Amino acid sequence: MVNRPEVGDFQTAQTLETFGFLPKFTPDEVVAQVEYLIRQGWTPAIEHEHPSRCANHYWTMWKLPMFGERDLNTIMSEIEACRRAYPDHHIRLLGYDSYTQSQGLCFVVHEGNAR
Amino acid sequence: MASKAYDAGVKEYRDMYWTPEYVPLDTDLLACFKCTGQPGVPREEVAAAVAAESSTGTWSTVWSELLTDLEFYKGRAYRIEDVPGDDESFYAFIAYPIDLFEEGSIVNVLTSLVGNVFGFKALRHLRLEDIRFPIAYIKTCGGPPAGIQVERDRLNKYGRPLLGATIKPKLGLSAKNYGRAVYECLRGGLDLTKDDENVNSQPFMRWRDRFEFCAEAIQKAEQETGERKGHYLNVTAATPEEMYKRAEFAKELGQPIIMHDFLTGGFTANTGLANWCRNNGMLLHIHRAMHAVIDRHPKHGIHFRVLAKCLRLSGGDHLHTGTVVGKLEGDRNSTLGYVDQLRESFVPEDRSRGVFFDQDWGSMPGVFAVASGGIHVWHMPALVTIFGDDSVLQFGGGTQGHPWGNAAGAAANRVALEACVKARNEGRHLEREARDILMSAAQSSPELAIALETWKEIKFEFDTVDKLDL
Repeated sequence: MVNRPEVGDFQTAQTLETFGFLPKFTPDEVVAQVEYLIRQGWTPAIEHEHPSRCANHYWTMWKLPMFGERDLNTIMSEIEACRRAYPDHHIRLLGYDSYTQSQGLCFVVHEGNAR
Repeated sequence: MASKAYDAGVKEYRDMYWTPEYVPLDTDLLACFKCTGQPGVPREEVAAAVAAESSTGTWSTVWSELLTDLEFYKGRAYRIEDVPGDDESFYAFIAYPIDLFEEGSIVNVLTSLVGNVFGFKALRHLRLEDIRFPIAYIKTCGGPPAGIQVERDRLNKYGRPLLGATIKPKLGLSAKNYGRAVYECLRGGLDLTKDDENVNSQPFMRWRDRFEFCAEAIQKAEQETGERKGHYLNVTAATPEEMYKRAEFAKELGQPIIMHDFLTGGFTANTGLANWCRNNGMLLHIHRAMHAVIDRHPKHGIHFRVLAKCLRLSGGDHLHTGTVVGKLEGDRNSTLGYVDQLRESFVPEDRSRGVFFDQDWGSMPGVFAVASGGIHVWHMPALVTIFGDDSVLQFGGGTQGHPWGNAAGAAANRVALEACVKARNEGRHLEREARDILMSAAQSSPELAIALETWKEIKFEFDTVDKLDL
């Protein structure tokens, strides 16, 4: 093979599902995904969990899903409030799709510092 | 009703089976055949012959016909249409009463519809293009053991296509080395890996050893990544007894998913295994070896959209559909047509996609469309656009051919996939901005940068053999 690159070492990382392989999102990038979620008619919700328990299906809900909420600032400030309340927890944002009875989107927006 | 007299001999089929005034019932099973008759045989006679031979008719009148009411049981050819751009063939539409078929038996439906009639001498070619299953019949079928929604919940995968790979080389690895290849793919970011269809239980790697090593690979990858993983353990075997034995062991190992080849294994085996999976909380991946033997010729055989519908009813959570862009045959609109049949709850007639009937699936769960075969990172934007989220994108060579190995190849694909999903959600046009999206994602992923370099020249541009008739 021409120009064969030096073989590199791929280190396994804790990636926690969707978007885990992209660089950490900036606040603007999170906002763009929230906009998408709302545009799809899904219900935004926030969940958090201690990293030692994050392999479970269920994480702890932050308050209730934000039914009917379309204000990006409100959603972003709820994420921030959750982060301040549980700084060592992972936090994920999800969009409940009531038509498919599934989640249209779900990704970790903040990784807790506890191990 | 006055009783009929017995009149022995051979009758013209069209006298009894060509009924252009018939209005199909909601409970009828409808079929569209592309017929190419022998020269000189009238279309109506060919259509009526197909209706007769695939339902109640035989070549000669028999006295025992008069003991029943064949008017109630017979199939009816009720419409004939030209095939656009083709003078020698035509479409025949046939309605079959629901009582001709055993409940929940795709085997019975196919044995009737595509049985003896395909060898009928008055025909040069015959192709089953589409079947409209009445909702009443669909309700008698088990369908996918889990379905898309349940699989997403079990595997914790949301908002994107799933990512997989078939482990290579196809044949010859020892079980422990095979498990290594699985582990490397999974730790690198794939959700699922797959046994090649040829891998059953050969002397170089017996199934039990493979299952055990793969289970360990999955467990380790899950612990390290915090993600759910799986490997399609192929339980296709020589006998149903052996197949169930392997399935039971996969369950014993706590595995989430097994695999079956529905055409070589057959619909009886497939439906039974799907029922087993439903009863045991197991997902079922379906491969389609032998399909091109049946579905590729444009004038003879069975179109894949029919096989796909039959699989959804027989049961499976994933089905290979072709990639449109990769190394194997597949027209884009035609593929989208049968991908809809796998996933939607209602699919309207749309000739531009080869869909001949409205199809109501009711509450039948959906099947993930699997795109696999000769695809690599450069195809990712097109694949995400064509197949959407409810799909499994499988990169075999495109993962394991990476210069750094499986894990880096997997990571390259995962980065590319997530970059495409993110860009799509941001409202960007994936196919037009493909290059820019991939190149900017590669800036933070050396694995992707190398993958883009490795596969930059590979294309598969041949014309499709089986085109839609438009």
